[in-house]
Amino acid sequence: MDLSKEKVDALLGFLKQTKDREATCEDCLTAMAEFAEKHLEGKSIPESLKAIEDHLEFCGECKEEFEALLATLREL
Amino acid sequence: MAVETDWIERLNGEPTARDAALADLRELLRTKLRHAFSSSGDAFVEDIAQDALLKIHTSLDAFEGRSKFTTWALTIAVRVGYTELRRMRWKDVSLDQLTGNANAVDASRTDSQNEPVASAARKQLVDDIHAIIEEKLTQKQRDVLQAELSGMPQEEIGRRLGSNRNAIYKLTHDARKKLKKELEQRGYSQEDLEPG
Repeated sequence: MDLSKEKVDALLGFLKQTKDREATCEDCLTAMAEFAEKHLEGKSIPESLKAIEDHLEFCGECKEEFEALLATLREL
Repeated sequence: MAVETDWIERLNGEPTARDAALADLRELLRTKLRHAFSSSGDAFVEDIAQDALLKIHTSLDAFEGRSKFTTWALTIAVRVGYTELRRMRWKDVSLDQLTGNANAVDASRTDSQNEPVASAARKQLVDDIHAIIEEKLTQKQRDVLQAELSGMPQEEIGRRLGSNRNAIYKLTHDARKKLKKELEQRGYSQEDLEPG
């Protein structure tokens, strides 16, 4: 397995954010609605949702869905 | 249109109330998904709204009341939509094309030979990363990591491996933890892991 510079950089970015315990995509789906409402209300994120905040920094798929959800909710 | 507090009651209620609630919810999903997936066309939105409606209706027990019902429903609908979009975008790409396990040319295997000369420290880090990947990760972890670094969504990697997005996330998380721990054991600090 030979990695290009871009892939090494991407991997290093992943490694910097890697924690022993992380929320999974399912955890994120379960809490995303609550997280999105808190985010839109401008409230501070409670400790119970910090792992979701970290996951959204890391997981491109969940982040894409979260941003689409925010855009949709802003239209409500 | 239902108010937030009575969605669950109506969706679990007698047939007339339930059908009316489903119709209301379908309309809400259509309207909001049309906004979220404006570039995908009305037929796509109709299909996604219907699929999401079914998923929401069969998952009502999972709604914990930690948000508005409509926010929760839209979260599911957005995921249904993106899952389908990703499936369509990646349908012609195999895992082997990305992992170099097929005869197809894998550009990543030659990329690093054409790059500018890196510093000695950087070169050592890259060599160590490659060594750890080869020595400490399983073949499955290597394949999934390669596919992920090539941009394939975890959902699509899972689909090709008969698995799912959550399991793939756990697999790559284990791989990342192993890589990070091994790098730390070789003396690298968090600062050394800055992308170059």
